[in-house]
Amino acid sequence: MIIEPYTILYKEQLSAHVYLMRVKAPHIARERQPGQFILLSIDHDYGERIPLTIADANLEEGSITIIFQTVGYTTKQLATLEVGDELAVLLGPLGQPTKIEKLGRVVCVGGGVGIAPLHPIAKSMKAAGNQVICVLGARNKELLFMEDNFAAFADEVIVCTDDGSAGRKDLVTAPLKELCQMDEKPQLVVAIGPPIMMKFCVETVRPYNVPVVVSLNTIMVDGTGMCGGCRVTVGGETKFVCVDGPEFDGLKVDFDGLIQRLQAYRSQERRQEEQHACRMQQQAAVLEKKNV
Amino acid sequence: MPAACSNRPPCWRKRMSENNIEALQKLAKPHYEELKKLDFQLKPAQRAKIPLQDMPVQEARLRCKNTNEVALGYTPMQAVVEANRCLQCKSQPCVEGCPVRLPIRDFIKSIAIGDFAEAIRLIKVDSLLPAVCGRVCPQETQCQVKCTLGKMLKDPEQAVSIGRLERFVADWERSQGKIEPPLCRPDSGKRVAVIGSGPAGITVAADCRRAGHAVTVFEAFHKFGGVMMYGIPEFRLPKAIVEAEVELLQRMGVQLLPNFLVGRTRKLQDLLDKDGFDAVFIGIGAGLPNFMGIEGEHLIGVSSANEYLTRANLMRAYERGKAATPIIEAKRVAVLGGGNVAMDAARTALRLGAEEVYLVYRRSAKEMPARAEEIHHARAEGVQFHLLRNAKRVLGNAEGRVTALECLCYELGEPDASGRRSPVAIPGSEYVLPVDAVIVAIGNSSNPLIRQTTEGLEFNKWGNLVCDEDGRTSLPKVFAGGDIVLGAATVILAMGQGRKAAAAINKMLAE
Repeated sequence: MIIEPYTILYKEQLSAHVYLMRVKAPHIARERQPGQFILLSIDHDYGERIPLTIADANLEEGSITIIFQTVGYTTKQLATLEVGDELAVLLGPLGQPTKIEKLGRVVCVGGGVGIAPLHPIAKSMKAAGNQVICVLGARNKELLFMEDNFAAFADEVIVCTDDGSAGRKDLVTAPLKELCQMDEKPQLVVAIGPPIMMKFCVETVRPYNVPVVVSLNTIMVDGTGMCGGCRVTVGGETKFVCVDGPEFDGLKVDFDGLIQRLQAYRSQERRQEEQHACRMQQQAAVLEKKNV
Repeated sequence: MPAACSNRPPCWRKRMSENNIEALQKLAKPHYEELKKLDFQLKPAQRAKIPLQDMPVQEARLRCKNTNEVALGYTPMQAVVEANRCLQCKSQPCVEGCPVRLPIRDFIKSIAIGDFAEAIRLIKVDSLLPAVCGRVCPQETQCQVKCTLGKMLKDPEQAVSIGRLERFVADWERSQGKIEPPLCRPDSGKRVAVIGSGPAGITVAADCRRAGHAVTVFEAFHKFGGVMMYGIPEFRLPKAIVEAEVELLQRMGVQLLPNFLVGRTRKLQDLLDKDGFDAVFIGIGAGLPNFMGIEGEHLIGVSSANEYLTRANLMRAYERGKAATPIIEAKRVAVLGGGNVAMDAARTALRLGAEEVYLVYRRSAKEMPARAEEIHHARAEGVQFHLLRNAKRVLGNAEGRVTALECLCYELGEPDASGRRSPVAIPGSEYVLPVDAVIVAIGNSSNPLIRQTTEGLEFNKWGNLVCDEDGRTSLPKVFAGGDIVLGAATVILAMGQGRKAAAAINKMLAE
């Protein structure tokens, strides 16, 4: 049995802060199912392990697609890697796959970089025979991506931006509410995006008695159930996102607790970035001197 | 805080003074000269008079500020003197106490005459990990508790220091730079998959490879060694030692695959049905950390010992400015639990800059499952013990960060099923400890992943794998050992189980 190096085969910038990469990983491409994620690190000794959802897989090429937003230290470093570079660590597929079944009408809501993990789920829901309506939201047109990929299979795509630069000038909760109010209510809502968006999607749907699935992205170290850093309260019970999730019944998730826990290392991360920027400046100064 | 919370140092034990190398070497020297004069030919009564040789350690006030190893190991002279305390008794009760049945008496005999090469050769027949076991085995409850010398002197603490001698020869071999991989039989054409690269997995890999089988080890993390890499801290088990043992496996021809989670990256059954493996060994460890189930446990600053230690050890968070992985920064830390993991977490917190570290344990010191040596070291370094106390709830501020731990006092009642006196809460005895981090070290449950993704494997009600004496599970060709079978145990017990399972696998593959 051989594991090939996790080589970056393709890289594309999708929007101001969002990147797409296809990475060689035939063993993960073979096993992955919609809803699952990977953990990666870019330095074998000193790197940090971060979870990212698998947006797609290509069996012929033996690759998986990851889409990420540059928000923290590791994602920013990851964005500097180029085609031909290798990831130090790539583990997956992790988590429980999405339950794909024929239900009737399914509304898929994606916000920001959450649009990426929504894609394979929406596509599989369509393939299973559902009517699929997709609601995609971003702050503005520049931050929106993949809408054409959704348009290729979805029965309807509704785009919302905060400033109206693309689609409706609305939050995703507005069309979601309208869809719930229609005579033919959706049989399922899938919402993936920032925790605050998922929280409001759940509250929008709650009065209409429609089931809503959310996919959570939390702090993780091992991704195999060992550290408990990803724990979240669901229906009063402690659950681990890595082995029990990442998808949960949105109506039962304690979003406030989740949002709070995501702040755990924020101040340290900020300091680290400042230190890093400082080092970069020093290096730049050294290089400049050399050139002179 | 109730007056009963004693932070006084315990009575210093004979085995654990805190002396430096020079002082101990000076103490050993006259005995060594005497031994030479007698040409190492002593009567048992003479041997019993040689004093126990203490192991040098880094000074407590210095070591709690660095991550270097605490215990420094015997000098060659000390090792020879200590080995000469062994009575070389016929019955060898020490061997009975060893889960892998090392030829203890015989290797000590070699050390006693200065033949360190022969000593390590004898050990290596039965153990691939002497440098690890010499450091982390609970010898005081295994081999040493049975020692005839300890019985003769009516004090088990006066037993021959078997663990320290094992460690000494393993380190001696490494320092000579001539670690030889054991010989392997010609290729059998059979393939064995080992899931997990902890102590159980390493033992199985080595034993099956020696029998001539092709062995592949699957590890979920990016580094090999399991709990020896992510759990046990550098100051107790230097990572270079674990890496050397793993490298030895590679030199034997064992294939090691990192970043591979059997169950998800590949189903266990597929390894047998599609990938051509003839046997599978499951050594995935204890898995899921337990939490207390108390109010405030999800506040920022509360973590499992698994998470805290993994961030510190495997992810190297202790190397600030270099490591990308953050770790909770705290001045006052409470650790919940009384096992070795709790001691490791408490001592790691000190090294990461905590000024006050409290260890909160609901029974008394006598019932603590941690090794005496670890408890001693933790106390010497300044960990404050809050015994017969238990966490009631964690208090936090508006940002959701930990500010304090509310504890409740207990007293010991009647013995419970485990034979330990069970703690009984004293109503109204609550008190508040101001802290900014809480580390929960109260054990693990088994990881559900293999159970969820493998049909036909039998588990007990605690989620541990059900196996026979030789590690056979309910599935044909599938064996298991270590913490996934035992619940949380020790490195050496995992190795003992691995040894039995490997023997059963080798027997099955020979048929």
